[in-house]
Amino acid sequence: MKVSITINGTTQSHDVEPRTLLVHYIREHAHLTGTNIGCDTSSCGACTVHLDGEAVKSCTILAAQADGGTVTTIEGLTKNGEMHPMQKAFMENHGLQCGYCTPGMVMAAIGLLNENPKPSEEEVRLGLEGNLCRCTGYHNIVKSVLAAANK
Amino acid sequence: MSITEERTNNVIGQRMLRREDPALLTGEAKFVNDLAIPGALHLAVLRSPYAHARIKSIDVSDAASMPGVVAVYTGKDLQSTWAAPMPCAWPVTPDMKNPAHYPLAVDKACYVGDGVAAVLATSETASRDALDAIDVVYEPLPAVIDLEDALSDRVVIHDAIGTNTSYTWNLKVESAEGAVEQAFKNAAFTVSERYVQQRLIPMAMEPRAVAAVPQPFGGDVTLYSATQVPHILKVMTAITLGIPEHQMRVVAPSVGGGFGSKLDVYAEELLCVALARKHGAPVRWVEERSENTQATIHGRGQIQNIELAADKDGRLTAVRVRLIGDMGAYLQLVTPGVPLLGAFLYAGVYDLPQAYDFSCTSVFTTMTPTDAYRGAGRPEATYAIEVAMDALARTMGIDPYELRKRNYIKKEQFYDASGNPTGYTAFHGLNYDSGDHLAAAEKAMQHADYVALRKVQATQNVPGARKRLGVGMTSYFEMCGLAPSRVLASLNYGAGGWESATVRVLPTSKVQVVTGTSPHGQGHETSWAMIAAEKLGVAPEDVDVLHSDTAIAPLGLDTYGSRSLAVGGVAIAGACDKVIDKARLIAAHQLECAAEDLQFEKGTFSVKGSPDKAVPIAAIAFAAFTAHNLPDGVEPNLEAQYTHDPKNFSWPFGTHVCVVEVDTETGKVDVLKYVAVDDCGNQINPLIVEGQVHGGVVQGMAQALYEEAVYDEDGNLKTSNLAEYLVPAACDVPPITTDFTVTPSTTNQLGVKGIGEAGTIGAASAVMNAVIDALSGLGITKLDMPASPNNVWKAIQAAQGGNQ
Repeated sequence: MKVSITINGTTQSHDVEPRTLLVHYIREHAHLTGTNIGCDTSSCGACTVHLDGEAVKSCTILAAQADGGTVTTIEGLTKNGEMHPMQKAFMENHGLQCGYCTPGMVMAAIGLLNENPKPSEEEVRLGLEGNLCRCTGYHNIVKSVLAAANK
Repeated sequence: MSITEERTNNVIGQRMLRREDPALLTGEAKFVNDLAIPGALHLAVLRSPYAHARIKSIDVSDAASMPGVVAVYTGKDLQSTWAAPMPCAWPVTPDMKNPAHYPLAVDKACYVGDGVAAVLATSETASRDALDAIDVVYEPLPAVIDLEDALSDRVVIHDAIGTNTSYTWNLKVESAEGAVEQAFKNAAFTVSERYVQQRLIPMAMEPRAVAAVPQPFGGDVTLYSATQVPHILKVMTAITLGIPEHQMRVVAPSVGGGFGSKLDVYAEELLCVALARKHGAPVRWVEERSENTQATIHGRGQIQNIELAADKDGRLTAVRVRLIGDMGAYLQLVTPGVPLLGAFLYAGVYDLPQAYDFSCTSVFTTMTPTDAYRGAGRPEATYAIEVAMDALARTMGIDPYELRKRNYIKKEQFYDASGNPTGYTAFHGLNYDSGDHLAAAEKAMQHADYVALRKVQATQNVPGARKRLGVGMTSYFEMCGLAPSRVLASLNYGAGGWESATVRVLPTSKVQVVTGTSPHGQGHETSWAMIAAEKLGVAPEDVDVLHSDTAIAPLGLDTYGSRSLAVGGVAIAGACDKVIDKARLIAAHQLECAAEDLQFEKGTFSVKGSPDKAVPIAAIAFAAFTAHNLPDGVEPNLEAQYTHDPKNFSWPFGTHVCVVEVDTETGKVDVLKYVAVDDCGNQINPLIVEGQVHGGVVQGMAQALYEEAVYDEDGNLKTSNLAEYLVPAACDVPPITTDFTVTPSTTNQLGVKGIGEAGTIGAASAVMNAVIDALSGLGITKLDMPASPNNVWKAIQAAQGGNQ
């Protein structure tokens, strides 16, 4: 089936199998490999992107459901070679180690601040519940998000 | 900043932001599954649904005729492909039993997840779809999931070896024969405890991924793998497949965490290389998470029996340990050695006389093979001694910190009578190079406000209180920085413990550091550049760090066991010294003075006493490149390779304190505070050090509170994905208070020690001691991990005589 999605400002059309998940569309058809896959139960959040402005796990959505939609992936955050304030906050606060969960974590964190611009520490921890990290113990991730919120 | 600009600050010790981050933060970083490999075939592996079953027949005909399928192989089909079985590098005893283990099972499947057939297809979906069409007839056999049952040989898993026992390894140290027995006889206090180290699933966020690319002519193969150990993998792939080693190249691109689970040689790596050669086409494979929980190694898996003997003041007089180690179905790369890495640590940080009796018997079970998982043997050992110390304190009716203070190896014991650092030679003969346990513990207690906490606890934990407060502590020694090659030889390990580095100053004075370490989140590029910058007096931005590709960094022993800095970082410092030595000869030639009259400071050689006679290393590098005017006998170019074989292990230490509140109605444990005071000697980059502690602590806390690989009696893994296996999220863990003491190592020039595993080593026992402390007033003195709400609630009900 034919699917047309605007990804990071560019509208693309591809023929895909109906069972194609949005994450596979992003990685294999749009060739944007910054969005990672960490599980097969929609538990880890590594594949989080923004669909029509909301943070979603792109493994929970079929590409067909996103037809006509607008997607932002981690590659779409950088503007004119400048990182997004959330990306900068992660760098400045050592909010990443291996970096595999990072694209999803950053997208989820931006989504969190869109809904709650000045969250408490507890609200950040609860808000990132759907994103797993195995390296940082979350300490510096939480610090990064709070720092971004206070900018 | 240019190389010649005078530097005023030391580089080492700065909280420098990581150069790795921009690529990882913007999606530019390439993990194995991100690599574009035109024409690649996709491998999928059919896995046994039975824990233990004879393979009666396999019919692949339907699968082979499916669209996109190129070939289907069974274990029998590929048997002649393997020059040797899959490797185990650590035959811990001469009579260790190691059943032959091949990438695909031939006659029998020995755990749920054991590969039995492989599909090659033109797409990943086609390869996976075809798995369903393979018809395997199994004859199910009884599962063996209990370690004591395994020991009984009621069901023998590997017919060829005739027993489930792989080996028994002993470490008995006595000042005189019978010293242990005597100590227990004379003891004023003894405790005898049994602990279960539940199996854990490492769950690096990036599942494994492999791509093997045959080069067009001559038989060379490049293997891309999400591995911690490209160098070990290269040698082992060559041996296992009979490929000349110089024709194998292994590349680990960005790797998404490992924690030991990528310290291995796996079936899928060998299958990809073998089939890529067979088909003359690239072959790639990516692991699904629910496959990862079965096909990638598990960690821990021990039953520990520990007995302590103490005199009337609580000073330890003897320690006796009996372990049963769960090897799983086969021995992977270092499976049998994991319990040995803990064998020296069951007396913890305490001043034990020569009265130590350790024995470990390791058994096969019909579960996923175990192997090194963050800490590997040392978290288990630390858990046993530290939880047993709390038991001893309870038996004596004294404060657990007071008991530890009476037993710590004292600071002065690391020095001789004249105050020279000699290290402390422990009962087993290993020398702990440095330590100040009391200082770290005091600092941790101050952060935790221990005295005040005990007062709050006394008022809070009254009969009938719903929420009970608990405080737990752990003092640990991490034996890491693997390792002196001669010590490894004495433990029968199949390789050395050195690390290699090459430092090259290019004609334009930029520096290349080539390291044999292989990072997967630790920030080596940043830290190694800092070491070279400090040594050579250049800006860190002028240093590039090359790694994780055996064609670029041909020598190395990779990253595990908190070895990278203490061995690999020190190797870089050594290579810099050799570069400076060579540069000094050229500088002396240019300045027409004797080499020994030159001093090297901030990147410049100058004549002692005549600072105006000077030449920067940048000018030397260019002179070495042009080679127009070099002293006789000096080769062109400014480059040196150095291999560092450590003189000793690295001995980081510290004290962690955990404060919990347990809800006695729900069994839920809330961690209110966690304090980690660690001592890893001099720190290259404190930002990275703290990050390592945070992550390590949460992994240890996860063992204590959340995680367990659960098998049913038929050997099915019930926690086979991330919906069922509880990796904690941000809301499940507290912020971590980190602080440090600094006791430099005396056995390497940087004074550094490892830090990667310290958090995990300290955390599980600190958390469990806190939980038990909270509940001891209810009569609960033992609790198995994880202290989940269910397990805690049941323990409370049992203690109160209620229904479970």
